[in-house]
Amino acid sequence: MIDVTEIKLTNTQIAWRAAQDLQDGSYVNLGIGFPEMVAAFQPDGRDVIYHTENGVLGFGKAPPPGEEDWDLINAGKRAVTLKPGTAFFHHADSFAMVRGGHLDLAILGAYQVAQNGDIANWSTGRGGVPAVGGAMDLVHGAKTIAVVTDHVTKKGEPKLLKACTLPLTGAGCVKRVYTSLAVLDISEVGFVLREKLATISMDDLQAVTGAELHAEGEVIELNAPGDL
Amino acid sequence: MDKTLSSLSEAVAHVKDGMTVMIGGFGGSGAPIEMIHALIDHRPKNLTVVNNNAGNGHVGIAAMIEQGMIAKMICSFPRSADPRAFTELYLAGKIELELVPQGTLAERIRAGGAGIPAFYTPSSVGTELAEGKPSEEFEGKIYIRENWLKADVSLIKAELGDPLGNLTYRMAARNFSPLMAMAGQKTFVQVTKAVSAGEINPEHVTTPGIFVDGIVEVSAPQQEEALNRVKAAYP
Repeated sequence: MIDVTEIKLTNTQIAWRAAQDLQDGSYVNLGIGFPEMVAAFQPDGRDVIYHTENGVLGFGKAPPPGEEDWDLINAGKRAVTLKPGTAFFHHADSFAMVRGGHLDLAILGAYQVAQNGDIANWSTGRGGVPAVGGAMDLVHGAKTIAVVTDHVTKKGEPKLLKACTLPLTGAGCVKRVYTSLAVLDISEVGFVLREKLATISMDDLQAVTGAELHAEGEVIELNAPGDL
Repeated sequence: MDKTLSSLSEAVAHVKDGMTVMIGGFGGSGAPIEMIHALIDHRPKNLTVVNNNAGNGHVGIAAMIEQGMIAKMICSFPRSADPRAFTELYLAGKIELELVPQGTLAERIRAGGAGIPAFYTPSSVGTELAEGKPSEEFEGKIYIRENWLKADVSLIKAELGDPLGNLTYRMAARNFSPLMAMAGQKTFVQVTKAVSAGEINPEHVTTPGIFVDGIVEVSAPQQEEALNRVKAAYP
């Protein structure tokens, strides 16, 4: 069996791959942390308007250090910048955009994703201080919920499962998963493999996936630039 | 009509022991730091505080927690760069937490201000945060019922304020504040610039003065992030 800690995409490469599917003219929310990296790889010529829960639509990149305005931040509490066309609004309007189905895409991180689209990304269930933020709203809002994640945990356990074992963020929400080894859709049959790294076999991939992988038509080679 | 108050202490004196207080801000953005510190000087106890977060560092809400003023936090994300103030008391069982999804928190506050006792939302359906809540099916999908949230006093920060209480906000510092202004039995505002009636373009008024009981000018307000970067503490 292959060692997936050796052969895999980095988080940067996963973010690059997810960014290739950003649609021109779409409204997109990127979860805090890893998913925020997707914006850096937005393909040229596509106009994407980013939404953040704390009431900004159409913001720009992070400012240089020392030029932060702490009234102009994203949901991760990081400084962002204005762009022509930026809009501000209060929190109820912001989540009307979310739950009202006005966003085209939300890209989130996850601890676990199940073959029925369930997602667990807010609690490890181990005690401590629970925190949910906007995750439970986002998973019901955007027309498409996608996940970017390592294919396995740091301990090598599968993150794509028959059923989540951690507390759920939402049930039956996720449509697409970009992992360090593959790109998968979730349909009525479960995980449908669309792309995988050429260096791993189907058996290799199945061995590190906690649910059955289905193939419909050709599985494309998953590629990302090596110098990201 | 003139809702201008002489001092922050005059505003925060309305907060009594055991009250529910909504405090504006998302992290440090929109946090009424000077008003919170005036509240610490006034030192009411056993408060329920509604805010998206549960403080960061040793100023603002974190300082209120450290002073033992808060019995319960209602928030969506009680984590921050430096969440020690909340975390230590929470793990010791000395502060209660009601964890609410962020959009549900916003809508509960809006509902409280709008006279809507409850509403249905898809958020948290199928999760442990929905346990015990009534559910109903609409157009083939399950939603859960959430109740309104109201405050005895709301304390918020705005950019411009006029004597009638009309407010504008600065960029993303708006966040929960217009909702909290509506949901407070009394709402007091620290404004960065107090202006005369007529100086705010009526087209730009974000919170109409009917939701506001008092304004106090605090020019050059402090930012929580800037205070935390120099490891400030209050008092």
